[in-house]
Amino acid sequence: MSGRLQWPNALSRALKSEQGTLTTPLSLHRRAFSSRTSSSRVQTPWRPQEPQWRTTNITLQSFARNRRKFSSTPIPRHNHLDPPKPGEERHVTFITKEGESFTFDVADGDNLLDIAQENDLEMEGACGGSCACSTCHVIVESEDMYNKMEEPDDDENDMLDLAFGLQETSRLGCQVKMSKELDGLVVRLPSMTRNLQASDFDSK
Amino acid sequence: MNAIAHARRAPYVCASCIRRLHHAAPRTARTYTSNKTNGSFPVAAARSPRFALKAPARAVHLLRNGYSTASEKPKPLRLAIIGSGPAGFYTAHRLMKQVQDVVVDMYEKLPVPYGLVRFGVAPDHPEVKNCQDTFEEVAASPRFNYIGNVEIGKTLALADMKPHYDAILFAYGASEDRKLGIPGEDLPGVYSAREFVGWYNGHPQFAHLKPELDSGERAVVIGHGNVALDVARILVAPLAQLRKTDIAEHAVAALARSKIKRVEVVGRRGPLQASYTVKEARELMQFQKVGFKSTSLRNLYPENTKTLPRVQQRLADVLLKGSTVSKQEHKKRWELSFMKSPHAIHVKKNRLNEPIGDHVHSIEFQKTRFVPGADPLSKDARVELDDEIVTSEASIVFRSIGYKSTPLPGLSDLGVPFDQKLGIIPNDAHGRIISPSEGPGNLSAGHLPGLYAVGWVKRGPTGVIVSTMMDAFTTADVIVEDWSASSPFLNGEKGRSTSTGLGWDGVKDNVLAQGVKPVDWEAWKRIDKAERERGKEKGKVRLKFVDEEEMKAAAGLA
Ligand SMILES: Cc1cc2nc3c(=O)[nH]c(=O)nc-3n(C[C@H](O)[C@H](O)[C@H](O)COP(=O)(O)OP(=O)(O)OC[C@H]3O[C@@H](n4cnc5c(N)ncnc54)[C@H](O)[C@@H]3O)c2cc1C
Ligand SMILES: NC(=O)c1ccc[n+]([C@@H]2O[C@H](COP(=O)([O-])OP(=O)(O)OC[C@H]3O[C@@H](n4cnc5c(N)ncnc54)[C@H](OP(=O)(O)O)[C@@H]3O)[C@@H](O)[C@H]2O)c1
Ligand code: FES
Repeated sequence: MSGRLQWPNALSRALKSEQGTLTTPLSLHRRAFSSRTSSSRVQTPWRPQEPQWRTTNITLQSFARNRRKFSSTPIPRHNHLDPPKPGEERHVTFITKEGESFTFDVADGDNLLDIAQENDLEMEGACGGSCACSTCHVIVESEDMYNKMEEPDDDENDMLDLAFGLQETSRLGCQVKMSKELDGLVVRLPSMTRNLQASDFDSK
Repeated sequence: MNAIAHARRAPYVCASCIRRLHHAAPRTARTYTSNKTNGSFPVAAARSPRFALKAPARAVHLLRNGYSTASEKPKPLRLAIIGSGPAGFYTAHRLMKQVQDVVVDMYEKLPVPYGLVRFGVAPDHPEVKNCQDTFEEVAASPRFNYIGNVEIGKTLALADMKPHYDAILFAYGASEDRKLGIPGEDLPGVYSAREFVGWYNGHPQFAHLKPELDSGERAVVIGHGNVALDVARILVAPLAQLRKTDIAEHAVAALARSKIKRVEVVGRRGPLQASYTVKEARELMQFQKVGFKSTSLRNLYPENTKTLPRVQQRLADVLLKGSTVSKQEHKKRWELSFMKSPHAIHVKKNRLNEPIGDHVHSIEFQKTRFVPGADPLSKDARVELDDEIVTSEASIVFRSIGYKSTPLPGLSDLGVPFDQKLGIIPNDAHGRIISPSEGPGNLSAGHLPGLYAVGWVKRGPTGVIVSTMMDAFTTADVIVEDWSASSPFLNGEKGRSTSTGLGWDGVKDNVLAQGVKPVDWEAWKRIDKAERERGKEKGKVRLKFVDEEEMKAAAGLA
């Protein structure tokens, strides 16, 4: 093929503009079929309970065509982590990128990656918790709490360097273990889809 | 039915559950793939486009309650993914979680999957390869077919696939590399990092490379990216350490004979513009008998590095501290040099300036300086050529200046353009392929319905696996969005696709007629198992087959 390609206007504008970012207009749609409640409440995953997730009935299906269906199935939970001893429950809250918050009772020594995955929160953990990928990036809400934690070591910092949306209080979930001091910890989950930057398309 | 067999029958099973089950019980074969006639893939859903799928939106967890159910529906989204690297797998992962009625056929030209996770990622970085657990989770779904040993554009034409799919996703990565375009680049003893990396990682295409590691003491690596540091590390790392990894045996043998003592890694800009990351630099400083040198480093950093942004500051700390191995102690040394642009590669010459032999002997660089007005602290600072020429002795040269994607044969049959300059399939930055001929005025605003790109062929050959993953999630999200909005897909007007929906079943006779034996996931698992067993005998995590025929034999297909 020869000749330069003509980019459609909107795109070329976005690509040219230094700050031009393109966002996926998907947030709306995701919200539409989120199957979770957005209230914050304590959940104890290992005790048989009443339905743990209230399912909203708004699925995309209600306004998309018949042939295209999305599921809003409640999420089953499973037991990879041991329950805390009575009286030694620690609380940890995750705030998803949609702003929903979920609080769990967990045991000392549980790390945030295991807790999030156990509860089906969106955390990839691509390297399986071996501090080699940064997909378990979390942002600690309170600086006080961040300061109570042990300093991240070199390996963790090396991976944090690669994390998107790095903040002063960023940590890797797989490296943070719950303890008495961290009871009440609140962390935010950053988005796992990136807004594309114009610079992503620069050729050198 | 035992728990694992049960797990593997479930539509989409949590990887973590499977891992844990495997701890409890030895691996057994996936039971739903019993019909192992050649090329017949166990996807009930593929049989008929009208087949109703039952699948939950999210991974099923086995260790507790069970399966979610969703109601039946008439027509699944039939998707072909070309390439089985992280881009393809992570897109399938996201898509299969969100769309319950997608059936994915993943084509791979090699018998074995995982792309650069297997053939790029360095053998001494096994933890990076843990992403394969997720890929296995994806492949365990009956909504997913792996079709290895089928090269699209060669064994199977894109135009022949099109009628049978609603969408095609290009995830074929970058299978070429960039060239310097300088005299002497093709001399014996000059290799691309891509060849060398493929060689030590056991890529069938490069198994016979035989890099001349014993022709002298000095190696020069051109480029300041992580691939360059991978190459340098393999050249200086203690062999005892590498031996236990899944590095190819031919590489262990050749590295044992290697005479290389100095490795100079050359960048055309400064340390603040280098693209390697701190972890990789640190690793090279921690070998017991490997020294480090860099003469120009200090001058290129500001006096106070504490004012630099976090990432640059941490890299500066590691580079300026260097290695603690003294000159007396070191057996090998690596060196970083900056502001040198490759100019020409030469063979040895006699006193009369006549060439002796045809093997590389030295490389000339032209010094560079920052262009007037550039901020030397900026990552984007550009350089221009200076007049001064400097020469490095080199018994072997590696060019590590980036990979390059090429157009797949037959792209134009689908109207898909290729941007040679950027080395990508033009796309709307989310992953929808665009074409200049579908210009404004057309409601689809340049989008080619049902055609998507992801990974290195979408963005260009940069980015770690995490960036590729995020990119894959973005592409998956737009496919979901288009599907849910009933946008046009392949072979169809708005919402009314006339694709047969047969997918692989629609094209496999064509492939089989050529005598090609496709490798399905079961067959790959047999290769995988054989490689691990062979490795165990040798005290390695895995001993890869480097010959495609051997792979097929291990798969029971030869
Ligand atoms: C040497 C090297 C080391 C790296 N190390 C790391 C690391 O340590 N950590 C990290 O995070 N990232 C690393 N990366 C980056 C990472 O590998 C990439 O981000 C990622 O692999 C890109 O994914 P992809 O799926 O786009 O391409 P690929 O992984 O290249 O996958 C493309 C696949 O498509 C197949 N294919 C090509 N043509 C056809 C065809 N015609 N028909 C069918 N199939 C075809 C190929 O065989 C291949 O399997 C490394 C990259 C390189 C080059
Ligand atoms: N361990 C890891 O995490 C790991 C390992 C390997 C690879 N990867 C990833 O894989 C991707 C690809 O890596 P890469 O090293 O191939 O690419 P890269 O990071 O883009 O580095 C390419 C290097 O080549 C230089 N270069 C390009 N053209 C040149 C020329 N004509 N002359 C001289 N120098 C030239 C570039 O310099 P300029 O900057 O001046 O253009 C740059 O230093 C990267 O994102 C990398 O991080 C990661
Ligand atoms: S899971 Fe990979 S760094 Fe935490």
